[in-house]
Amino acid sequence: MNIPKLIPVGDPAAETFTINLGPQHPATHGVLRVKLEMDGEFIVNAQPVPGYIHRMHEKMGENRTWAQFLPNTSRIDYLSAMTYTHAFVGAVEKAAKLEVPIRAEYIRVITSELNRISSHLVGWGAWIMDLGGFTPILYAFDDREKILDMLEEITGSRLTYCYYRFGGVCDDVDEKFIRTAQEFVPYMRKRMEMYKKLVTGNVIFRKRVEGIGPISAEMCRQYGACGPVLRGSGVKYDVRRAEPYSIYNQFDFEIPVYYECDSLARYLVRMDEIEQSLRIIEQACAKIPAGEIQGKVPRVLKLPVGDTCFATECGRGRFLVRITSDGGEEPYRVRLRTPCFTNLTLFEEASQGMMLADALSLMASLDLVIPDIDR
Amino acid sequence: MSISIEQLAKEFEPLAVKEMVQLPPAIVPKPAPAPKPVAPKPAAPATDGAATPAAAAKPAAAPAVPSVSSPAPVAATPAATPKPAAAATPKPVAPAVPPAPPPPPPKPVQIWKFEDKGLHLEVTVEASKVVEAAELMDRHGYAIDAVTGMDWPKQDLLEVIYDFLHFESGLRVAYRARISRKDPKIATISKIFPGADWHERETHDFFGINFVGHRDLSPFMLPDDATYHPLLKDFKA
Repeated sequence: MNIPKLIPVGDPAAETFTINLGPQHPATHGVLRVKLEMDGEFIVNAQPVPGYIHRMHEKMGENRTWAQFLPNTSRIDYLSAMTYTHAFVGAVEKAAKLEVPIRAEYIRVITSELNRISSHLVGWGAWIMDLGGFTPILYAFDDREKILDMLEEITGSRLTYCYYRFGGVCDDVDEKFIRTAQEFVPYMRKRMEMYKKLVTGNVIFRKRVEGIGPISAEMCRQYGACGPVLRGSGVKYDVRRAEPYSIYNQFDFEIPVYYECDSLARYLVRMDEIEQSLRIIEQACAKIPAGEIQGKVPRVLKLPVGDTCFATECGRGRFLVRITSDGGEEPYRVRLRTPCFTNLTLFEEASQGMMLADALSLMASLDLVIPDIDR
Repeated sequence: MSISIEQLAKEFEPLAVKEMVQLPPAIVPKPAPAPKPVAPKPAAPATDGAATPAAAAKPAAAPAVPSVSSPAPVAATPAATPKPAAAATPKPVAPAVPPAPPPPPPKPVQIWKFEDKGLHLEVTVEASKVVEAAELMDRHGYAIDAVTGMDWPKQDLLEVIYDFLHFESGLRVAYRARISRKDPKIATISKIFPGADWHERETHDFFGINFVGHRDLSPFMLPDDATYHPLLKDFKA
């Protein structure tokens, strides 16, 4: 019998090899490619290669009017679109000094927080699925469906909302919406208990996240990490408190912080944030006043010359809009600084020396949304 | 903890430029829906900026002159009309400018009210001192927020804008540097803030700014074979 000879491979311990993770891979949650240099099962260097769904939103901003660019902002992170439109609307309102009626602000807070919960639910379910547990995502989508139905009723869309307008919101909410939101709060709290029993306490899950993917506070500072990643590293920073916008300073809520710096800490931050969002919704629904939902806005909107910055706390962190006006009807420049972009920058350093399976756990803990990176 | 914004402004003083041209007002707004032959006309009154009342007075006098010189130019009117029309069209635009009081030219080191700008401090630094400025930010515990560019083709300038934030105090600081559009070169700050690495690479993609000392400026968001810089104002798809 003719047995083929083995190919000489040299010293296997001294050699590294390169593999591609993605661009089409379920663990990257979209079209993200990661070039991995591996030493056996360990990562020597991991280089993310984004840009596969780059759409050049910033250029689009320069050739349409302020109002026409508004729908674009909800296509950046399609899972927390409300907060993204909020940032752009807020920036224009700040520059043009537009008044927003108090009822509209309440509606914005309620819808933003509902959107944040739905965004965290997807992140939660997808994360567990990355680690091999399929059941939780079905529960998560079931609950998320309730939120999407609620928001669909008032906004007309299920994901890419364009509900906020300069100076208010485009449509009023009815009693039914407020009632459904109020009923959702105790329901979701009960579900959270179930989630904790199902996943948080699960020993297999704990082994996959506890102590995995440490990201220190200093590293967060140097890379500009934000959102749950930052708060899981022991930094109590939340844009809703640090740069208060809308009427968030009127609500009583905590900023969840964990000091363990690992994937579990980031997980717990998100779980606690759902509870804090429920608290905000509860307070806002109880206090929402009657009145106007749209302030006075000039028909042809021209912003004064200069730069304006406006940041919001989105599901994944700090989203900064930096607009520049030359006094015309169109933006001179729109800069969109997105949370997933900055959170992914630290992946290269944080994943060094990790095992590949753990690196995927780390990547899932960053809760990436690829259109948010690529814009 | 963090030092106050006034102290920080003082520390920025030696890094800032001595004098600077105010950029945005010199930009001519696009003649949006106006008829085509009018296009070059509104440029003239708009560049005056502050002298808008004078510009508004001129078109009022202008129609009187041709009517005296030619009593009944029935056939000539279509040819003559573009000029008064051109002078008339900026009129609705011109009154829209005065209500906003002309803002005082910003100083190189400018402390803003956060409610107005979303910023606490904005500094225009010398292009050669961006690294020193980043070191200053690093020393005071600021975190990097973003790096981006801005194109000013009329002034033949490119701007690089660095945003920073402070986690504990919530202070927001931005500094900007101006470089020539012909040879856009500026030092990288990614050695101090590794987070700037990707931002600078993206800025290179979009504006063609060359960050000296950067480890890799190959196309990032754009396709691998991209040779264009889409956020330059003269970019044509």
